Amino acid sequence: MSKLYLARDARSAVRVLDGEAMVMSGRDSTLFSLNKTATLIWQAADGQTSLDEIVERRVCQEFEVEFGSALQDAENMARELAGHGILQISEEPISQTNPLTGESQ
Amino acid sequence: MSSLIEEMGAKATALGFPLCVQIDLTYRCNERCVHCYLDHEDHGEMTTAEIKDLLDQMAEAGVFVLTLSGGEILMRKDFFEILEHARRLTFCIKLKTNAVMIREREAARIRELGVESIQVSIYSHRAEVHDAITLVPGSLKRSVDAIRFLKAQGLKVTIANVLMLPTVRDYPGVQALARDLGVEVTIDPTITPRMDGDRSVLRLGIGQSELRQAFADESLVGNVDEFCAISAPPGESELESVPCSAGHSTCYVSPYGDVYPCVQFPLPTGNVRQQRFIDIWRHSDQMNEVRSIRLKDLSSCSQCVHGASCTRCPGLAYMEGNMRGPSSQDCEKSFARTGVPSANLLSKKPSMAGLVQIRSIPVMAGVSA
Repeated sequence: MSKLYLARDARSAVRVLDGEAMVMSGRDSTLFSLNKTATLIWQAADGQTSLDEIVERRVCQEFEVEFGSALQDAENMARELAGHGILQISEEPISQTNPLTGESQ
Repeated sequence: MSSLIEEMGAKATALGFPLCVQIDLTYRCNERCVHCYLDHEDHGEMTTAEIKDLLDQMAEAGVFVLTLSGGEILMRKDFFEILEHARRLTFCIKLKTNAVMIREREAARIRELGVESIQVSIYSHRAEVHDAITLVPGSLKRSVDAIRFLKAQGLKVTIANVLMLPTVRDYPGVQALARDLGVEVTIDPTITPRMDGDRSVLRLGIGQSELRQAFADESLVGNVDEFCAISAPPGESELESVPCSAGHSTCYVSPYGDVYPCVQFPLPTGNVRQQRFIDIWRHSDQMNEVRSIRLKDLSSCSQCVHGASCTRCPGLAYMEGNMRGPSSQDCEKSFARTGVPSANLLSKKPSMAGLVQIRSIPVMAGVSA
């Protein structure tokens, strides 16, 4: 399976409370509530770290879950969030220019 | 989404963090609306650095929805600098503005910065009426042009309209204007007393007959029968409920750094120039007093037939003299909605004995029955 890279959408609004993120899509104001695992992946989605690294180094260590099934769940979640426009996914590392600030991310 | 927001509000209340905060960046304004509750002089607004620091503190405290309002927000020359800083902190940002200073360039920047929505005040679809409220000739055209610029950027815009005596007949025209512009409209009959306690602006508020007409209009209230139904008196769970989110999951900060439970609840709880925002939020005696109030503690409202369904505003009650008392504007609304007077209105009614007096009248000489 090829590597997958994730990057948070810069137009989204987000706040993490008690380990769980509220994310509002900058595209259509849809509001999402992420559980602790999804929040961990969201926070690590810097465009440069691959999903399997995120799952191995963050999710598996934090939650003591089996790597293969965790990766599958994480990929499903990433594709769903990408469908709502709050996450970008790519098979290559993602370099973003923040449209809010003009700064490279 | 609304149920998720409600869920978030309940979570915020349970965990004790401020989910939604409004900051008025300035009380200065380029309009002079006849019903406005603000003093438009600058008495020492927070500096850019102070506001940025406050935003940092708020993000850390867990604030998610940030409403920037005024006054007119664009009267601040550093408005976009503040907005950029706020978006870096990933707030969900809502703006309230008269939009008079928003042209294509400003609309494009607002879009780039990922603002969630913009509320624009429009008092009438007729320039002669709207401009007579704002006291600025040409203001309706400027505001409507701005709405078009914002819509052209794909932004979500809501027109805010106040039902008051000089404009009450025009709301259908404002609704039609909103449809033409492809934006939402929110219509509210609430007039707020001036922050200095002057209640004279309340004379602009609509009366019972206009309220009744408004509450019988499906375009305003949806299902009229449901809206006007008399609900059951508050039960045990309702009596234990909090009357409003003010101070529980929301609060307000003035341009001078004063923190209040809500923009419409001017109970001073602290100042961010002297204390950290989170310390005021968590430890202010006044904030905690507001939080302690349950419906059962409201002397009149807990006994009122409308107790469970009333829109009672604790801030308006506070401005009437008692934060645990009734808000007469809301009593009037409940009365207009249902035809049943609230406990508060009944207590104010002059006694029948005082009004009807029967006494014998001496028969005049020469007049016979």
